Amino acid sequence: MKTTKKYWKGLAQLNNDPIVENLAQNEFVEQLPVDEFLGDQENLSSTSSSRRDFLKFLGFSTAAATLAACETPIVKSIPYLVKPDEIIPGVANYYASTIYDGRDYASVLVKTREGRPIKIENNATYSNSRVQASVLSLYDSARLKYPLKDSKKTNWRTVDLEIKEKLEAVNDGKIALLTSTIISPSTEDLIKDFSKKYNNVEHVMLDSTPYDGVLNANMDSFGIRLAPTYSFDKANVIVSFGADFLANWMENEYATDYVKGRNPKSGRMSKHYQIETNLSLSGANADNRMQIKPSEQGFLISSLYDGIQGKTFDKRLSSIVKVLQSNLSKSIVISNSNDKNVQLIINAINQKLGNYNSTIAINKPTNLKQGNTNKLDNLLSDMKAGNIGAIITYNVNPSYSLAKATEFNEALKNVKLKISTSLYNDETASLMDYVCPDHHNLESWGDANPKYGKYSLMQPTISPLFNTRQFQESLLVWTSRSDYLSYLKEFWINKGVNWNKSLHDGFFDLKENKLKLKRFVDQSQSIKSKKSNTIELEIYETIALGDGCQSNNPWLQELPDPITRACWDNYLTISATTAKELGLSNWNVSNGALNGSLVDITADNLVIRDVPVMISPGQALSTVGMAVGYGRTKAGKAGNNVGFNAFPFLNTKSVTITKVEGKYEFASIQLHHTMMGRDIVKETTLAEYIKDPSSGNHRETYATYKGKLPSDQVSLYEEHDLETGHFWNLSIDLSSCIGCGECVISCQAENNVPVVGKEEVRKSRDMHWMRIDRYFSSDMTKELSKKEKLSAIDMFSEMEDPSEKPEVVFQPVMCQHCNHAPCETVCPVAATTHSNEGLNQMTYNRCVGTRYCANNCPYKVRRFNWFQYSDNDKFDFNMNDDYGKMVLNPDVVVRSRGVIEKCSMCIQKIQELKLNAKKSGQPIKDADAQTACASSCSTNAIVFGDSNNKDSEVWRLRNDERAYDLLDHLNVKPSVFYQTKIRNKA
Amino acid sequence: MHKESEIRDPLILGNKTYHDITRDIARPVEGKANKYWWILFGLSAMLFLWGVACIAYTIGTGIGVWGSNKTVNWAWDITNFVWWIGIGHAGTLISAVLLLFRQKWRMGINRSAEAMTIFAVVQAALFPLIHMGRPWLAYWVFPIPNQYGSLWVNFNSPLLWDVFAISTYFSVSVVFWYIGLIPDFAMIRDRMSSTISPMKKRLYTILSFGWSGRAKHWQRFEEVSLVLAGLATPLVFSVHSIVSMDFATSVIPGWHTTIFPPYFVLGALFSGFAMVETLLIIMRKVVNMEAYITIKHIEYMNVIILFTGSLVGTAYITELFMAWYSGVEFEQYAFLNRATGPYWWAYLSMMSCNVMIPQLYWIRKIRTSFIATFILSIFVNIGMWFERFVIIVTSLHRDFLPSAWTMFSPTFVDAGIFLGTIGFFFTLFLLYSRTFPVVAQAELKTILKSSGSEFKTRSHE
Repeated sequence: MKTTKKYWKGLAQLNNDPIVENLAQNEFVEQLPVDEFLGDQENLSSTSSSRRDFLKFLGFSTAAATLAACETPIVKSIPYLVKPDEIIPGVANYYASTIYDGRDYASVLVKTREGRPIKIENNATYSNSRVQASVLSLYDSARLKYPLKDSKKTNWRTVDLEIKEKLEAVNDGKIALLTSTIISPSTEDLIKDFSKKYNNVEHVMLDSTPYDGVLNANMDSFGIRLAPTYSFDKANVIVSFGADFLANWMENEYATDYVKGRNPKSGRMSKHYQIETNLSLSGANADNRMQIKPSEQGFLISSLYDGIQGKTFDKRLSSIVKVLQSNLSKSIVISNSNDKNVQLIINAINQKLGNYNSTIAINKPTNLKQGNTNKLDNLLSDMKAGNIGAIITYNVNPSYSLAKATEFNEALKNVKLKISTSLYNDETASLMDYVCPDHHNLESWGDANPKYGKYSLMQPTISPLFNTRQFQESLLVWTSRSDYLSYLKEFWINKGVNWNKSLHDGFFDLKENKLKLKRFVDQSQSIKSKKSNTIELEIYETIALGDGCQSNNPWLQELPDPITRACWDNYLTISATTAKELGLSNWNVSNGALNGSLVDITADNLVIRDVPVMISPGQALSTVGMAVGYGRTKAGKAGNNVGFNAFPFLNTKSVTITKVEGKYEFASIQLHHTMMGRDIVKETTLAEYIKDPSSGNHRETYATYKGKLPSDQVSLYEEHDLETGHFWNLSIDLSSCIGCGECVISCQAENNVPVVGKEEVRKSRDMHWMRIDRYFSSDMTKELSKKEKLSAIDMFSEMEDPSEKPEVVFQPVMCQHCNHAPCETVCPVAATTHSNEGLNQMTYNRCVGTRYCANNCPYKVRRFNWFQYSDNDKFDFNMNDDYGKMVLNPDVVVRSRGVIEKCSMCIQKIQELKLNAKKSGQPIKDADAQTACASSCSTNAIVFGDSNNKDSEVWRLRNDERAYDLLDHLNVKPSVFYQTKIRNKA
Repeated sequence: MHKESEIRDPLILGNKTYHDITRDIARPVEGKANKYWWILFGLSAMLFLWGVACIAYTIGTGIGVWGSNKTVNWAWDITNFVWWIGIGHAGTLISAVLLLFRQKWRMGINRSAEAMTIFAVVQAALFPLIHMGRPWLAYWVFPIPNQYGSLWVNFNSPLLWDVFAISTYFSVSVVFWYIGLIPDFAMIRDRMSSTISPMKKRLYTILSFGWSGRAKHWQRFEEVSLVLAGLATPLVFSVHSIVSMDFATSVIPGWHTTIFPPYFVLGALFSGFAMVETLLIIMRKVVNMEAYITIKHIEYMNVIILFTGSLVGTAYITELFMAWYSGVEFEQYAFLNRATGPYWWAYLSMMSCNVMIPQLYWIRKIRTSFIATFILSIFVNIGMWFERFVIIVTSLHRDFLPSAWTMFSPTFVDAGIFLGTIGFFFTLFLLYSRTFPVVAQAELKTILKSSGSEFKTRSHE
């Protein structure tokens, strides 16, 4: 088809105006000024740039434009529009606050940088590894980021409207408030207000590990349902029946006092007896330890009571009875039993020995444990019966941590309104109608009354990361009020507290009315000896995870257990003999990693399948131990499905164990358990020490032409000048170190130490800059082998096996900062060098990664970055997470793949200290010089300072008779030194 | 001027004339490869490629793909390094030391032995490079003037000495080898037709460096050979002495030993000769050099292996004695652990392969058998690999503090890289055998009259 249509652009074209043709021919309408430009010969020839220059410029600008087009990495850095007065970029701020998560309490200083909390420091008191690690839990991206309704995202308005309406509508039952032990006076008040508004509120407190035995016994004995304050520093004799008071029993302040009471220098050192089933941290530190089955405990305690009353008693206790009787009112007897009757005997013993008002202050009780199992049981039956209209949980995870969790979950279905205030959508929260996520501790206001007369305040150190709301604020909203901060402030100001000062200090004392106590009446009933032939179970908590509420914290998951040295797992601990009887074993595979047999554990109608077995020296015969806190299913990616949940067995006494096929792969960072007869941890007894303070610490001497000399006087090398300036030294007291691992986490937080995960730890590639070596004694010694005329081969192979009744030593080992460092000479590129302040320095930028230094390190403290541990999906821990990375210390570089790293003695802290001193023109104060490990150590076992300052503590310690260098025969002259361990044993 | 006893066996068999020698030596270069060559080449190239893949994986991911750990930071990487360096010792010894001692029998084997040296050093040099965490910064180990201020290498570090020792050894070996090759390249050049293969002709023309065979050329050739032999001889001893100092200067029990330099040199010669045997027994078949690499050569080398093997055994026992005699408990345990600890099997392999099995060479029948020699040479190669494994891994895995004790287990990458270097080595060697005159024919012709079998038979007639 022919088209006749014709389009024209304008009238001119339609009219065939010649201008159209002209324009079409001529591309540039206006004449280009070529002639003008080229014609200006004078100007052109006077310019200094030639044709070649022009091409150069052209080339350069093309290249520059190309390069500029390449994408450079974008670093988002948002400046303050208005800089807050208190923040100077690069300078840390410290805020006094309180950590309390329903279980662990500590008064702390929170170090913040540019508005981010990055480190927890002790506020002149104690803490533990979980408190230290809680700063990472703040940045856990698994936390709930908004309120949930029926597991779906919603907003606070909806939640509040609906909850208030539904709470008011509850009339056919009670409103249950299920919380952890509440130590916040203002929260208690709020709960009272809440109860007033909604009648029928029942508040039930719950401790994941119940202490009803102690509490109920005290109720009977003294009329208060609280635990007393124990002063372990005042006790000459400590007898603990299974109570792991240095780790997890009751509260975490005891270790500090315990070590205070064991100062060999003063000649006063408490004698510690531990009578227990599992080898606990306390047992490992005890002077005398007895291994018993849990069922024997009641009888032995009863027998001890008989003993101190002068009646006949069990022979095993004879030395204890004698010592207790000669130290009246100067002893502490405790037990971990949850049986009221047993605790009544314990009370009677302490009363008889006159310990109350001397070492045990029942009139100054602790508030940290108030959980009530009876009330909880009543609540459960009420729930089953449908008498509970609504339930609100706070700080607890009953669906996980109750022995009767399944029963609880079942009963929960009968409750119409279910509200959780958990930080996570955890096992319990995921069953609830509403989850109103609480702030993290470090985002919250609050107060605490851990102990009679002792108070502390909690303040936020960062604005809430997510759309969460503090539990207390929720309570206020649900009682139609708001603003918890004003409530809190008013609460304390009304009590006459100086708010500003208290908030600054973090804690304050308050005069309280004297407690009204009942007169003590002995209500104990003696317990008969029972023979049991079953395998008995003792449940324990690990140092790292406790009850598992911080399961999703990879720092804690990777913190090795101080006794078994395994991480990322729980397991069944069992003695070698019992294991052999049952055909169970542990063995090392070709790369040294530890494997173990699997068993099924059954008791009544409970069963856990495929539980790995860890042979554990010090475990009583025919007993097993299991740690709770593992086997979480809704904790987050780090905590999910690590180990198994032992809570269902919480009240189980005896179990049946059947071996099943298969093997389990452990991640243990220490594969060899004895010292092999070497002089690594030097130790002596108190009696020997009093006779000769340097006992157990005599340096070996070598024959020279000048006579016999110790190794440090026969050096061939030139010495570094360590007299001028500072000489940074670190002293580690092996008598004070209880092995708790707090310093390890503190170091990890301070120095951006990566988490590497179970598989890498299993390959012996843990990255911790410091480790706490644990050695068991062996039944074989050099002396014994000489007596038995054993060959060296037999002797060493027998020495490898730890004793089944071992003595235990802990030894923190980090870079020893040798002043004749073997690592420094071998580095081809001089990446590791010596400072003139006695430090061995590592220059990451220069390191090419030959690892020669690590091989040549006699202490094996150098760590290699086998992989890229940050921003790597294969290592999906905090350094691969935008939130998790906020915890990184900006003063310490995050190391890249292929370089060696190691303890720097917190060089960044030293540098800050020196700069501050320089600015202020004042000499460095000894107390200000701290490394992360030293400042976090609750027992003051690690002391850091300048040995060139003759007033310093570390100088005194360096010249102490107990001071020794590890592997001194090598004469590497470390800047780190140890103090001999002293045991109070015969 | 050469007096020869009547009973000495000929070094060249099969009534060769000068032209026969020329033809025989040039044949692999000029002709086509046989089936064996292609099979071996295919296998080696495959292994080589696999090794390249494993190296790429290591460099791309991190040293963590190996089995090493915080305690055993070196394992197969440095074991392989020392093993290859050791293998690279026989070549120079044969060509330099035996030249100085006027040992004529070296002429049949020196070219290939030197080639092996160079290829082995290439493999060895690979390991210090790839064992680094950041190999892209490897140039930092050279004292190159830089813009980082006064940043310089650490001359105290044995690893730096290694850098110098190996690069010196490598360059002297290459020069020495090349000088010897010049007359032979010229021979091939002269036989090449410029019309049929102009490229090859051009190449060999360049390689032969204008050699015309004039008397003056020969005179200079002899002089340079002698001077280089003099230079290379101390290097034979220095390289492995310095490699041994990687260990000897450290503080680790089992490494910190003054006996190491001579012990390592002996071990290197021992393993080097074993590898020469392994290679030559294959090569004489593959490129038809039976007439030039005779059982006589093999027997001579077997005697050296027997001698060095016994000395190595003495060193092992000396180590044990010194550990006991020192009275140092760490040292004593280190050696006790070697022999009876978890790596007893490695120690036993080392002892049996290096000390016991070579003792079979006392028996003449074994000493003069190609098959037996081949098998035994493999044992020695294995044994010497285990020696280095034992020294490195068993010393590290249990040192001072038992808390750090662990073990080592290789990954497929460790194995892949090791096999890859074997593949690379054989690939290079097989390529060499088809492009280079594998026997120093020019030199060999000088002994045709005194030890060629034709002349022998004639003089006996």
